[in-house]
Amino acid sequence: MKTNQVPGPAIHVQGLEKSYKKLEVLRGVDFEVAPGSIFALLGSNGAGKTTVVRILSTLLAPDAGTAHVNGFDVATQSAQVRASISLTGQFAAVDEVLTGRENLVLVAKLRHLKDSGTIADELLERFSLTDAAARKVSEYSGGMRRRLDIAMSLIGDPRIIFLDEPTTGLDPQARLEVWRMVKELAANGTTVLLTTQYLDEAEQLADRVAILNEGKIIVNGTLAELKAMLPPAKVEYVEKQPTLEDVFFALIGANK
Amino acid sequence: MSQHFLSDTSVLLGRSLRHISRSMDTIITTAIMPIAFMLLFVFVFGGAINTGTDSYVNYLLPGILLITIASGISYTAYRLFLDLKGGIFERFQSMPIARSSVLWAHVLTSLVANLVSLVVVVLMALLMGFRSGAGVVQWLGVAGLLVLFTLALTWLAVIAGLSAKTVDGASAFSYPLIFLPFISSAFVPTETMPAPVRAFAENQPVTSIVNSIRDLLNQQQVGSDLWIAIAWCVGILVVAYFFAMAAYRRKIS
Repeated sequence: MKTNQVPGPAIHVQGLEKSYKKLEVLRGVDFEVAPGSIFALLGSNGAGKTTVVRILSTLLAPDAGTAHVNGFDVATQSAQVRASISLTGQFAAVDEVLTGRENLVLVAKLRHLKDSGTIADELLERFSLTDAAARKVSEYSGGMRRRLDIAMSLIGDPRIIFLDEPTTGLDPQARLEVWRMVKELAANGTTVLLTTQYLDEAEQLADRVAILNEGKIIVNGTLAELKAMLPPAKVEYVEKQPTLEDVFFALIGANK
Repeated sequence: MSQHFLSDTSVLLGRSLRHISRSMDTIITTAIMPIAFMLLFVFVFGGAINTGTDSYVNYLLPGILLITIASGISYTAYRLFLDLKGGIFERFQSMPIARSSVLWAHVLTSLVANLVSLVVVVLMALLMGFRSGAGVVQWLGVAGLLVLFTLALTWLAVIAGLSAKTVDGASAFSYPLIFLPFISSAFVPTETMPAPVRAFAENQPVTSIVNSIRDLLNQQQVGSDLWIAIAWCVGILVVAYFFAMAAYRRKIS
């Protein structure tokens, strides 16, 4: 199916509501994401981030409100939406029994692409998984699993990628790798919507940040706009202490 | 998207068959319990059971085959449950594929896995002295009934796999199904049972299926039992399919 980019926002969400029985998870969520940008949905556990992602990836129907992805309505044009997106869920959705390469070939075949083997090999190379290509995924580390997971999401060059808490549970190095990948994606014109509970992650990656709290977006803006909402910073002189992160990377010899 | 249904289903079928070929132990485990029952009944209890036939293993095999299927489909529920739990089900559902192919791939995998287990059990029965003079047509009839029974129970397993909360729950539903052949004509003739038990045994699905398979293997005229057996299988299949699809729609909306 052809999914040419429709002019206008890549994602447009208006008045989204969703309840599970009596629990109101989303209580009127509105936001827009510009094509090619990185948009971070920031919130604590249970704020409703995953629910938003599930609605946008057509896995869940909202109770009220509308959502458009790549110009297509998630409720009435779900097939076109699915052809425009890729979902990387909260837990690496990889097949444990298959090898890394087989996982990639599987997704390429399901996306009806020719040369699934070549596509798999290129991604293995790009995500530094070539050496592990023939090993079962159950033997992979958390970081490798996540890399494979994201690699699987890139197959077919979807215009919009949803990353639901992409770095939760990863060690600091794997986290930096994921950040690098996300930046690369956006640089190539892919729209990225990511959810996170880490403030520094939103700060590092996002062009715009929306804070989701108790089912509503309470702030939405660029990092500079969010910072301007607080009183101007007071200038103080403090001796710069190395953070534990600086020490960690100095000791293990990784360069950022 | 339905134009991709066949290709998507075959890709996903290839995936789960690969799972099975990498964990042959699930097929062996499936076959071990029925084989143990077969050994127990033929070599321990069999001498004291009077079925009015020369060979007890010949009498017993049809029921053992149904037990094989009943224990085999618990793995179908198990595999489906793991896909849901692991998130790969959601990944597939968010991709531009024919969505129902995810379910159909599991159903076809169940069919293949059960047929392999059935072949293992029949080979074991041959070692234990099972013999049949049945011709190609009769064997096709037996295979047809077993496939129909497998499909019917597989759709039951799909309901369990989709709605279970725990791994144990996903496979526990098969225990009553494994037990059902014991209260049927599978091991002893129903005439020896007390009236209420006999009434149940003669009117539950296993008896008609067992009798039909037995008659086919013994090259005897198959009577109305065959039609009752087919009606049971198709009936269970249709009802289970309906509820499985309802459970599936709840899952994806």
